[in-house]
Amino acid sequence: MNTPAEGELAIRARGLTKRFGALVAVDHVDLAVPRRNVYGFLGPNGSGKSTTIRMLCGLLTPSEGEIDVLGLAIPAQAEALRKRIGYMTQKFSLFEDLTARENLEFLADVQGVPRARAKRRIDELVEQYHFADRQKQLAGTMSGGQKQRLALACAVIDEPELLFLDEPTSAVDPESRRDFWEKLFELADAGTTLLVSTHYMDEAERCHRIAILDRGVLVADGTPAELTAGLAGRTLLVTAEDPRHAQRALVGVEGVLSVAQIGNSLRVLTADDLGDARERVGDALASSGQKAGIDETTPNLEDVFVSATHDGERERAA
Amino acid sequence: MNLRRLWAVVLKELRQMRRDRITLAMIVGIPVMQLVLFGYAINLNVRGLAAGIADQANTAGSRAAVMDLLATGVVAPVVETRTPDELVALLRRGEISVGIAVPPDFEQRKAQGREAVQVMVDGSDTSVQGAAAQLAQMPLDGSARLREAPLASTPPAAPIDVVAFYNPERRSAVNIVPGLIGVILTMTMVLFTGVSIVRERERGNMELLIATPLSRTELMVGKVLPFIAIGLVQTTVILALGLWLFTVPVRGSVLDVYLAAGLLILANLTLGLMISTKAQSQFQAMQMTFFVFLPSILLSGFMFPFAGMPQVVRWLAEVLPLTHFLRLIRGIMLRGAGLAEMWIDVAALLAFTAVMMGAAILRFHKRLD
Ligand SMILES: Nc1ncnc2c1ncn2[C@@H]1O[C@H](COP(=O)(O)OP(=O)(O)OP(=O)(O)O)[C@@H](O)[C@H]1O
Ligand SMILES: [Mg+2]
Repeated sequence: MNTPAEGELAIRARGLTKRFGALVAVDHVDLAVPRRNVYGFLGPNGSGKSTTIRMLCGLLTPSEGEIDVLGLAIPAQAEALRKRIGYMTQKFSLFEDLTARENLEFLADVQGVPRARAKRRIDELVEQYHFADRQKQLAGTMSGGQKQRLALACAVIDEPELLFLDEPTSAVDPESRRDFWEKLFELADAGTTLLVSTHYMDEAERCHRIAILDRGVLVADGTPAELTAGLAGRTLLVTAEDPRHAQRALVGVEGVLSVAQIGNSLRVLTADDLGDARERVGDALASSGQKAGIDETTPNLEDVFVSATHDGERERAA
Repeated sequence: MNLRRLWAVVLKELRQMRRDRITLAMIVGIPVMQLVLFGYAINLNVRGLAAGIADQANTAGSRAAVMDLLATGVVAPVVETRTPDELVALLRRGEISVGIAVPPDFEQRKAQGREAVQVMVDGSDTSVQGAAAQLAQMPLDGSARLREAPLASTPPAAPIDVVAFYNPERRSAVNIVPGLIGVILTMTMVLFTGVSIVRERERGNMELLIATPLSRTELMVGKVLPFIAIGLVQTTVILALGLWLFTVPVRGSVLDVYLAAGLLILANLTLGLMISTKAQSQFQAMQMTFFVFLPSILLSGFMFPFAGMPQVVRWLAEVLPLTHFLRLIRGIMLRGAGLAEMWIDVAALLAFTAVMMGAAILRFHKRLD
């Protein structure tokens, strides 16, 4: 795995840990986010994505570990960091009883966008983010997707070096999500580093690098290509006459991590090296009287995600 | 402190308030309602109380004395009895509120300068008691004295001297209105800022705010400033209505009235902020506001004279901003005093403001944990 050079890092965290009472929400996580990258943050609900982001922008004090963000020690130098970052919270946090434009104006003032520039910048964002006809609409009356677009516009108002986006597209429709991601890449091209948490695999696929958290533990990180390459030969495509029956036959077979039905075929993720598992899959299908074709297929990030979070489960069980 | 960021907070608060119709209505509604309620209800003279009369003397002098009492209109005769005991029985049954007993030796007592007429009062109703106290202020032939019966819980009335006689329940609007400025400002101002920070925490705005360069001082001061203006508007409403409806005098300078009001507004707003940093929900903030509001009303000298309270309670009252404001505002409006003459109370309010503001800023952290 190619680890980026130190000087090129926007975020460096070592042994990052957060405890809430007995719960370890984030457990000794090491992170390295290169500058100008779109860095994806994946993990099941409650795996500690938001908690990690909050620690990285100095909103939560880590129980343990060191954080260096843009060359600043966090949380000690959090105040200096706040001028240089944008943060889009998971829950909508703009003022619902202010209009879209008033929210933008407030953030421009608070972030210290030079007065002479502020109006031009807001006009620009209103144009870019398609709010021209909604400037005077109260933020609270906007649709979920519109709210998230507004929140992104507010987060980038002062052109921050680093953007934290916590599930920024959870309410955005697929079409607009593309548009949304185009904006993120424009920002990255302009030199911004982005840390984006998401539950969407298609979004993860687009990231330069991703990290997968599971119950607070970092279970995988790297570029999507590296991660999928790591699974090479472990994904099988099973075509059967009765896929549902075949699925039942495969669940619980040793070495089979997951079986997902996709249309008329089954996508099977196996644990170990292929030869062995493929045989076992074949045997299981044959013994249940199924005629089925078994083909190798290219692993995708969903497989990575399932495998990574499954490995964690196994370790804990052991 | 960055003035632009401060202004951003002030502007945001004003814009939010402008859209909050109910709060806007309350800014004017609360003072008007309270003033009318307190002003008229408390000013309302109790008239036509059912009275029983037992004139055992039945002389020309005693009949004249009774007629004088009835002439006030405060009491209306419903029965005449032979003995004071019957009056007591009627009182207990609630058939009369006031019993007037003239003993057989009325003339003799009058000549000796002893209490010549006894007024028995249903002490279970303070307004009746108050009315009777007013009766007791009446000089009878210039020499007669009245004594309240044991049924009443107040001590016997002093020899009659209207100016010296001081009764908390019978204060007129002239006395009420200046105090009411303080009560209304205490009620509304503490609540305004009391919910302000918790509300933003509840709505999720706080996570956004603390992730920006906005400093705690800018946030706190920015939240207080808009409400100073609101408080001064309320002060104006009460003063204007007081002048118009009750012709309440402003004997001192109007500027001093506003300065004093400004001091109370600041003290209350910063107290509210302090509450807001402590409360976990808006409901809790309101409960805490009420927790402060009640003692303010009861102990500040607004309802009951300060002088009658035990020492410990007086110390407690000294901590309440309303106590100091009442001294200031009564001094300015009713006695024509200047703020400078009452610098101790001015200093107390300023100190309270400084302590609360400081504590609120220190208690507030730009952290989620
Ligand atoms: N303030 C807190 N007090 C106690 N527990 C907390 C607190 N904040 C988070 N947690 C717990 O920490 C764990 C991680 O939460 P976090 O919000 O970071 O998850 P997440 O990965 O963002 O999940 P999601 O995808 O649902 O947003 C959860 O179990 C959550 O209940
Ligand atoms: Mg989250």
